[in-house]
Amino acid sequence: MAPEPPPLLTMDGIVKSFPGVRALDGVDLDVRTGEVHCLLGQNGAGKSTLIKVLSGAHQPDRGEIRWRGRRVALSSPSAAMRLGIATIYQELDLVESLTVAENVFLGHEPTLARILVRRGRAHSAAARLLARLGHPEIAPDRPVARLSAAQRQIVSMARALSHDVRLIVMDEPSAALDPDEVGNLSRVIAGLTAGGVAVVYISHRLEEIRRIGDRVTVLKDGRAVARGLPAKQTPTHDIVAMMTGRTVERLFPERLFPERLLPGRGGDGPADSGAAAPVLTAEGLARKGEFAPLDLQLRPGEIVGLAGLVGSGRSEILETLYGARRPSAGRVLVNGVPLRPGSVRAAVRAGIGLAPEERKSQALLMLQSVTANVSAPSLTRFSRGGWIDRTAERNAARAATRDLSLRPDDPDTPVRTLSGGNQQKAVLARWLLRGCRVLLLDEPTRGVDVGARAELYAVIRRLADDGLAVLLVSSEIPEVLGLADRVLVLREGRVVHTAPARELDEHRVLDLVLEGSATP
Amino acid sequence: MTQPAPTARRDAQPSAGPQNRELGGRRPAGLRADARNLSLLGVLAALIVVGGLTRPDQFLAASNLQLVLTQASVIGVVTVGMTFVITGGGIDLSVGAIVALASVWATTVATQEYGFAGILFTAAAVGLGCGLVNGLLIAYGGMAPFIATLAMLASARGLALQITDGRTQIVTVDAVLDLGVPDAYVLGVPPLVLVFAAVTAIGWLLLNRTVFGRRTVAVGGNAEAARLAGIDVRRQRLYLYLLSGLCCGIAAFLLIVLSGSGQNTNGNLYELDAIAAAIIGGTLLSGGRGTIAGSVLGVLVFTTITNIFALNNLQSDVQQIAKGAIIVAAVLVQRRTLRDSAT
Repeated sequence: MAPEPPPLLTMDGIVKSFPGVRALDGVDLDVRTGEVHCLLGQNGAGKSTLIKVLSGAHQPDRGEIRWRGRRVALSSPSAAMRLGIATIYQELDLVESLTVAENVFLGHEPTLARILVRRGRAHSAAARLLARLGHPEIAPDRPVARLSAAQRQIVSMARALSHDVRLIVMDEPSAALDPDEVGNLSRVIAGLTAGGVAVVYISHRLEEIRRIGDRVTVLKDGRAVARGLPAKQTPTHDIVAMMTGRTVERLFPERLFPERLLPGRGGDGPADSGAAAPVLTAEGLARKGEFAPLDLQLRPGEIVGLAGLVGSGRSEILETLYGARRPSAGRVLVNGVPLRPGSVRAAVRAGIGLAPEERKSQALLMLQSVTANVSAPSLTRFSRGGWIDRTAERNAARAATRDLSLRPDDPDTPVRTLSGGNQQKAVLARWLLRGCRVLLLDEPTRGVDVGARAELYAVIRRLADDGLAVLLVSSEIPEVLGLADRVLVLREGRVVHTAPARELDEHRVLDLVLEGSATP
Repeated sequence: MTQPAPTARRDAQPSAGPQNRELGGRRPAGLRADARNLSLLGVLAALIVVGGLTRPDQFLAASNLQLVLTQASVIGVVTVGMTFVITGGGIDLSVGAIVALASVWATTVATQEYGFAGILFTAAAVGLGCGLVNGLLIAYGGMAPFIATLAMLASARGLALQITDGRTQIVTVDAVLDLGVPDAYVLGVPPLVLVFAAVTAIGWLLLNRTVFGRRTVAVGGNAEAARLAGIDVRRQRLYLYLLSGLCCGIAAFLLIVLSGSGQNTNGNLYELDAIAAAIIGGTLLSGGRGTIAGSVLGVLVFTTITNIFALNNLQSDVQQIAKGAIIVAAVLVQRRTLRDSAT
């Protein structure tokens, strides 16, 4: 036996610059056959660029890539695929108007004479792949537009496996998944690695990496600050310290905000919050087929969390409160005054603000400056006779973004160049400027890296302390438990449990959410 | 992804039962497409009833139906090409101008010396050439399709006027003229209709059964996903405008056969008719979904309206208003059927 076979993939000193940014500044990476190699790093550390180099979508400026010991050039996505490297992107991956089978074989359809697509063959091959992934219920002829996020993930994976694949790159595969789906994902990955396929796995979730990873490479500022650490043994605070370059001792907000757990800080129970009148009230609010009648009261200074799976009605509730969906029953009141149902204008006028789940598509004008984004709902304040007083607008935007320490501290920065966390701050600043009293947050830390998360948590907490009422939706139970004062647990559109956050723990909430065997 | 609610709801429901899949996978998708086309078939049937009632002896006469189909052929061929471009996420505003340019270039005295083949070849080559310019500008020059083809519209029409000096060019090649006489038949069908049918059939196969068609849909539906799947997106876009140009060249030849001449005013506003026919047929203007059958039905609806109005001696202004109303109605109906099939 040879002493040590060459690694499946070696990347040495990869450099990639974009105008104005050096995204990769000499990254090294080595991946062995059959391992799960985790890639960690904050947003902007260079993970996405590295993946794109690996998949052939970007060409490195410098550096060397070896595949099974031989030097190779990944000059295009198809060149990478020919070697056996398949990539599952977080998004942009599937064509919605094509069917499952068509997506699986997109770019390498089984053909007759290289022209005609052999649809029957594609169909049955896709069905086999889906069955192998444990999802025989996904019909190969379904249009992808009609699949859930979790099912799309499976289709992406089937696509990767439809190639003769030796290495699969997965970019935050669990971001859109519920806990049970993540469980299935790790089973699938175990099956793959047992067959000798290597996996490069990117995730923000450390506990996940511990569970399924073999080794970890940490990226920071375009460099690998640590290579091939054992995933299960390396202490969390070491990894966090390497990612952030500073010691963030506590990852989760429950430990970030120990004062939340102290008694006497108004908002936890009806007893001590009785003084403040609710600013937002929902009375029997319901939408057919989405969520059952809901009664909810939000008081100034209070953060209420909605915990539940994707599809449990969380986002639908937020959007109905915001007037973006018309309720089929019930009503929403702000300071005791009922809102016109189904009217976003009425909700915004009454002082409700929403930070939606899909920041880029639902909240931000990506090509515009921070100023234009922040001032969008408050423009009338800066205009006289239709003319905008640009100085006043800019100064107000600057004041609002400074208050949230948005970086860079320049209101003329295009929003698209900001990191996820700072984009979220721009959305929050918009509602601060508007002077809103109720803030609805849908997955506020989605796509936001660990360091920036802690900062966002602090900002949200401070806004509540300043008298805002906050309703928070998050898939990450620790986030809900750590940040909220009161938690409503949702299952299939119904509130199944309400309790102060301090009386709940992660297991209890998971049990409730998943309808587990535990009895109350 | 912009509509979290439907996704979430579908999550909750058990997806299509296994027995459904056993019964042959393609049925549901096919049925949905049919449902869209059905509404258009209904419109066409209604029009035929109207035509039959208002002008019973004239409208249903074989010669009139043949006329409708012949008139539909020219714009129909253009619409097939347009369907590909729109499905691929683009737009081609220059089709009418290309038809004009190809028809006059193919009927110059110099070209006519080469007879039938010369005219046919020139029409196709001019179409392809214009398509090539469009495609290069859009795919490799990074120009917006709207702008590039708008520029082509202007310059191709200008060139057509320059070539003819505004005069009609009479065709003297008998082989061409013979195809255009009312009682010319090939395989028992008027030759123009035969070409239209062939282009339709090839277009349908190309879009629905070939790698080319699959890539067209992918590029139009999600260009980035297509690129990451290893598809050469730029080349595919180039091909689409080439295809549209070729269809314009064929249409120009049909027009030459039909009219026995080439004119720089040919193909006026074809771009609007072709886009309208494709859209009411069910092709998505934003790309990613296209149907050849729907486009052809759209063309037939428009041509039949024109025919009925002409038979009833109604002015063309009324026709235009009716066309506009049909476009609005058809798209509204489609939105409803789409919504129904989504829930």
